[in-house]
Amino acid sequence: MGLINLAIESIFIQNILLALFLGMCSYLAQSKKMESAKGLGLAVIMVLTIATPLNWLIRHFLLEAGALRWTRVAALGELDLSFLTFICFIAVIASLVQIVEMVVDRFFPVLYNSLGIFLPLITVNCAILGASLFMVERQYTLVESVVYGTSSGVGWALAIMSLAAIRKKIRYSNVPEGLRGLGMAFIITGLMAIGFLCFSGISLGK
Amino acid sequence: MAKLRKIVTDPLADNNPVTWQVLGVCSALAVTTKVSTAVVMSLALTVVLCCSNVVISLLRNMIPNKIRMIVELCVIATLVILADLLLRAFVYDISKQLSVFVGLIITNCIVMGRAEAYALQNPPLKSLLDALGNGFGYSIILIAVASFRELLGSGSWYGMTVLSESWYTGNTLMLLPPGAFVIIGLLIWFQRTFISKTLREED
Repeated sequence: MGLINLAIESIFIQNILLALFLGMCSYLAQSKKMESAKGLGLAVIMVLTIATPLNWLIRHFLLEAGALRWTRVAALGELDLSFLTFICFIAVIASLVQIVEMVVDRFFPVLYNSLGIFLPLITVNCAILGASLFMVERQYTLVESVVYGTSSGVGWALAIMSLAAIRKKIRYSNVPEGLRGLGMAFIITGLMAIGFLCFSGISLGK
Repeated sequence: MAKLRKIVTDPLADNNPVTWQVLGVCSALAVTTKVSTAVVMSLALTVVLCCSNVVISLLRNMIPNKIRMIVELCVIATLVILADLLLRAFVYDISKQLSVFVGLIITNCIVMGRAEAYALQNPPLKSLLDALGNGFGYSIILIAVASFRELLGSGSWYGMTVLSESWYTGNTLMLLPPGAFVIIGLLIWFQRTFISKTLREED
C-alpha cells in the first residue's frame, strides 16, 4: 500500500515537473510535436527507472558515512565520502545514458530510430539528477527508489505529452503576438499545475 | 571597450538566457517563493558560472574535442560541490531551503551552454565578462519573479512586511507552483512586447 501511495504521489501530487519544476528545458523545447514528446517521455521513464536505484546503490555502498564498512578495512570503514555525491551521480547518469543508447541501438533498432536522438539530451535533463537527489534527501529504501524513479518518469511523460497535445490545439487560436510560443507554454503549464493541485490529499488506505 | 561592455549588457535584456534562450528555467521557478532564497541562488549560480567559464576558457586549447562534455561536467560538478559546501557552512538555513536545487546547478543549462557556446572559443577575460552578463541576466529574472511571488503571496519583500496583514490577505496560489508558471509566462510576454522585439517565434 505504501508503495502504491508513493507512486500516486510522485505521478500526480508531487509531479516532478508541475510541482518541483524539474526537467523544464527539454519539456519546453521538445513539446511542439506529439511524436517527439512521446519519444522523450519514454526515454526519461527508462533512464529514471534505471538511474535512481543505481544511484541508491552507489550512495549506500560507496559514499555514505561508514558505507565502506563492507570492505572490512578499518580505515575505509570510517570514511565519509558523501561530499562526492554530485560528481558521482552525474557521472553515473552520463555513462548510463551512453550505455542505454548503445544497448537500444544494438538490440532494439526500431525503438532506437524513434528514441535515438533524444537519449543524449537526457544527460542534462535535471529531472534525472533531481530525482536521485530527492531520493537521497527523503531517505528512500531500494524498493522505494525503484518505484519513485519509475513513477516520476511516468509523471514527467504525462506532463510533456499533455502539453504537446494542448500546444497542437492552440496552433489554431489567436494568441497575442508577444505571448506566442514560450510565454503561452508557461501559462498553459501553470493551468495544468492548477489542475494537478486537485489531486493533493489523495491517499489510499493506511 | 564598447565591445566588452556589450558582452556584459547583451544578456541582461536583449538576449536574456532565461526568457530568450529558455535556459535554466528549472531552478528559476523552484527557489522563487522568497526573495532571500532567490538572491542566494543567483549568487551561487553567478559565481559557479564565472569560475567555470574562466577555467574552461583557460583549458580550451588542452581539451580534446571528443571528450569536452565530460571535462565540462567534471569542472562544473566540482565547482558546484564547493558552492554547496560553502553555503552549508555559512548560510545553513537558506541552504536547507534550497535543498536539492544547489546540486541541480550542475544540470543548469546556462552553465553548460555558456561553456559550450562561449568559453570554448574565447579568451578568459571575455569569458568572464560573458559569464557575468549571463549570471546577472539570470539573477534579474529570478529576483523579479521572487519579488512578485513574495509580495503577492505573503505581503512582504525580503522578509520585510510591505502589505500589512490587517488589510491584505496573502494569495497562497502565488506561493504554489502554478503561480510561478503564470508569472514567468507574463514576464516573457512583457519582455517580448516592450523590450526586445527582434525575434519572432512560430508556434
